[in-house]
Amino acid sequence: MSEKIYGQSRMDGVTLLLYLILVFCGFLAIYSSSHGSSNFSFDFSTQYGKQLVWIAVSITLGAVLFLIDVRFFEVFSYAVFGFWIILLILVIFLGKDVNGARSWFAIGSFRLQPAEFAKFGVALALARYVSDIDTDMKSRRYQLITAGIILLPIALIVLQGDAGSGLVFFSFIMVLYREGLSGTVLLIGIVAVALSVLTFAFGFLALVAALIIVGGIITAFIYTNTKWLKYLWLIVLVCIGFTKSVDFGFTHVLQEHQQKRILVMLGLLEDPQGLGYNVNQSKIAIGSGGFWGKGFLQGTQTKGDFVPEQHTDFIFTSIGEEFGWVGSTVVIIVFVLLFLRISMLAERQRSKFSRVYAYCVLSVLFFHFLINIAMTINLAPVIGIPLPFFSYGGSSLISFTVLLFLLLRLDANRENELDSYY
Amino acid sequence: MTHNQNRSTIIRAAIVFLALILIGKLFYLQVISDKYAEKAARLSIRAVIEFPDRGLITDRNGEIIVFNEDTHDLVVHFPFNRKNFPIEDFCRLVNMTEAEVEEKIKIANDSRFNQKGLFIKNISAQDFARIQEGLFKFPQFSIESRSDRKYKHNVAAHTLGYVAEISRYELERDKEEYYDIGENIGKSGLERYYESLLRGQKGKQFFLKDNTGKLKERYKEGSNDVKGAVGKELKISLDVLLQEYGEKLIAGKTGSVVAIEPSTGEILAMVTSPGYKPDMFAIKNLGKNYTALATDKDKPLINRATTSTYPPGSTFKVIMSLIGLQEGVINTNTRYSCNGGFHIGGLTVRCHAHAPMPNVTYAITTSCNAFYCNTYREILHQDRFENIEEGYNNWKGYLNRMGLGMQLGTDISGEKPGNVPNADYFHKIHGHNKWNYVRIISMSIGQGELLLTPMQMANLAAMVANRGYFYTPHFIRGQQIPEAFTSKHEVGVENRHFTTVVEGMRNVMLNGTGAYVQIPGIDICGKTGTVQNPHGENHSIFIAFAPKDNPKIAIATVVENAGYGSTWAAPICTLMIEKYINRDTVSQRPELEKKMMETAIPK
Ligand SMILES: [Zn+2]
Repeated sequence: MSEKIYGQSRMDGVTLLLYLILVFCGFLAIYSSSHGSSNFSFDFSTQYGKQLVWIAVSITLGAVLFLIDVRFFEVFSYAVFGFWIILLILVIFLGKDVNGARSWFAIGSFRLQPAEFAKFGVALALARYVSDIDTDMKSRRYQLITAGIILLPIALIVLQGDAGSGLVFFSFIMVLYREGLSGTVLLIGIVAVALSVLTFAFGFLALVAALIIVGGIITAFIYTNTKWLKYLWLIVLVCIGFTKSVDFGFTHVLQEHQQKRILVMLGLLEDPQGLGYNVNQSKIAIGSGGFWGKGFLQGTQTKGDFVPEQHTDFIFTSIGEEFGWVGSTVVIIVFVLLFLRISMLAERQRSKFSRVYAYCVLSVLFFHFLINIAMTINLAPVIGIPLPFFSYGGSSLISFTVLLFLLLRLDANRENELDSYY
Repeated sequence: MTHNQNRSTIIRAAIVFLALILIGKLFYLQVISDKYAEKAARLSIRAVIEFPDRGLITDRNGEIIVFNEDTHDLVVHFPFNRKNFPIEDFCRLVNMTEAEVEEKIKIANDSRFNQKGLFIKNISAQDFARIQEGLFKFPQFSIESRSDRKYKHNVAAHTLGYVAEISRYELERDKEEYYDIGENIGKSGLERYYESLLRGQKGKQFFLKDNTGKLKERYKEGSNDVKGAVGKELKISLDVLLQEYGEKLIAGKTGSVVAIEPSTGEILAMVTSPGYKPDMFAIKNLGKNYTALATDKDKPLINRATTSTYPPGSTFKVIMSLIGLQEGVINTNTRYSCNGGFHIGGLTVRCHAHAPMPNVTYAITTSCNAFYCNTYREILHQDRFENIEEGYNNWKGYLNRMGLGMQLGTDISGEKPGNVPNADYFHKIHGHNKWNYVRIISMSIGQGELLLTPMQMANLAAMVANRGYFYTPHFIRGQQIPEAFTSKHEVGVENRHFTTVVEGMRNVMLNGTGAYVQIPGIDICGKTGTVQNPHGENHSIFIAFAPKDNPKIAIATVVENAGYGSTWAAPICTLMIEKYINRDTVSQRPELEKKMMETAIPK
């Protein structure tokens, strides 16, 4: 009743609960993977000890968001976006070189990864721009600017040498789709990806032959309709041209280790000792978990440090091994409930800014979730992106938390957003 | 906006669909496929094996025959992680070059089993201490210790058998999956037959290891560990003193001696010649000796006592007498004329000169051929038989009950059944029931198709000593003896008939072919046999038991290509009997003993 009186809703408890469940499970997984023994003990100098500090910091920051005027973010969204873009540029020159990538600022023992926070900036900027009353969504200008907001950070992150983190920004296509992006564009995108994969798998010439044969067969059915025939062969030609450029890009632009990585991840190249090593170990750890799992702190692969990067990108292996299929499925279900809840929150917003922002949150979280877990079970390439709320590391936990809590803040305030632009 | 709100449904559907794909793939990895669990176990769990001491083997007097000494192997664990492997230090530890180490790892990898390969077999005593001390730096290597066999009495090689590395074939047949590659198993003789008793139980402790191969905590707090148990002592019936003596007596000759305690079926001695010393097949010596012995033309690896078969010759007359008496076709008063042999049609079975018209006792003593030719006719052609097959099978039944023509089932493997032909065998040659005793007359005097192992001959002697029954000859003694060795086999001849036959056998020693080897003070009953050998000199055969009343030992000896039974087999048998009964006194016949020990008879 009170929300009506004061025109103020409360924080969405369901989302908060799902968030806390995931963070708690994540902590258990990190505890297990960095503890290395069956006996309980606690030590703040360890990874799980630090993660506990990050959890506290994240929740505190989330609470602080509720103290800030909700208008602040909408008003300063471009500024926030600009701030992180500048950091993305600076890190290219000032960042710490880790395996050829410069994506970290290192200040003492403190490390900051701007790419993790840039998602937040892009989400705000996109929400602000798409929801702007002056924006004409049919215009060429709109298309160029939305593309720019998404592609600029991607370009900067690829320049840092961290292509995987850059890919995340493509997830914003989901937002654009929700706001009216043509389904045809999505279809073209899917066809382009399919053609690329087929080119890597079977080679340029085989694909050209296949396209011409398919074109020929269709021609046999519609040879009376000259107008359609013209379109058909135009499409075939475009496809061939696209295939050629993919082939060229693959063999001439990409370096050998990058080509290999793509082939390994597509399952076209076996490499259990090299690039496929992590995935192989990951599959062994998860696969050996069985139906019920080996039990908390009982994972043999987890305790023996067999999975490289387990506490960060491969944290899901710890869940898979120690809690089995049941535990893995429960975690996935909790994630899916969170996603459906966010989608529900999005649709109940009265302000377009809030709705677009909510879908931005959804797309970022979902993309990380999908690609990260798929990567550990060899359904997706090994691109180093964290599992939200699970993977070890302050940058990612704080950025995901802030991303989500701002949505809760906007949602709590939704009654006051009424008629903002009407 | 309705159009775009529908899109939220599509987005939700896509999220659920993609999540289901993840769950489905996880179900495949975790629940359907089991190869990942196996891979994980191979990577992260190591079994530390503790090999128990193999059981001792002791003789009937508690004398230790076989015991153990420790040997040590250096093994390498796979998958071998070269990262952080300090190869220079390791080369120094094992005194090898890097290339040698790499080569050895490669060989070990090629022949690995259960993630473990043999790096150095049998580390010498001086290397062992050094390597063991420095090995902690190389967690992917470990020392596995086990015992090799040592022999306090270096005798009875064929009976004891030997222990060696398990073969691929044996591994495949190891249903319990007890053994690992490189482990030892009893290969022959008692070591093989009583393997599960002697080997004990390997101790296994499971440890978790990390990605460098270093052992961490106990796997599941040791709940999967297997507690080890040392092998049990195998008490056997051999009298090692008698065995040693027998091996000395038969040295240089080809043949065998089997001695049995009639009242139990326990084998007191089983000698075969030419042979070898059991320590030649100790694990550390096996490699250098095996091929030479296996390819030796004299076949020293063959256990002639259980696998060579011979016609029993005149010793078989004892059996013919018993069957004739039991069938009632002869009695103590039955006499057959012997006119220099047995004549029918154009056939003559010759006999030597002896007092005329022998009865059964005298026929045994003088070994009259004619008497047994006649007896055979009477046994086979009784009025109650419809045809020759019935008569023959009736006779053959006695032989089978006496353990002839079949494996006795002793506790060392490889035993031959010998030969007692089926009636069918003769039907085929002569036509169905178109034959009579004349066609098979040579079997009546222990020749022809009839073939016995020396152990079967000794068992016949034991059966006569017992007056009508025997126990399956065996070695195990004084512990859980299988029922097969404690059940009495009655042969179907009444006790009273033995009085007659034993009298004949006693007379052989008093005034027959054995008179030359009799021993004052011991009432030996015996029977010589001289078997025609188409390939050379006759085989010399003797069966005996002693004392006549309450017999302690039954024995059979075969010496190949040696001539008369009385010349070689009989002396060896009686010397053995003397040794066994007068245990600690020297032989009353040192000349004879010396002659036996020192004469070699070339094959
Ligand atoms: Zn005669």
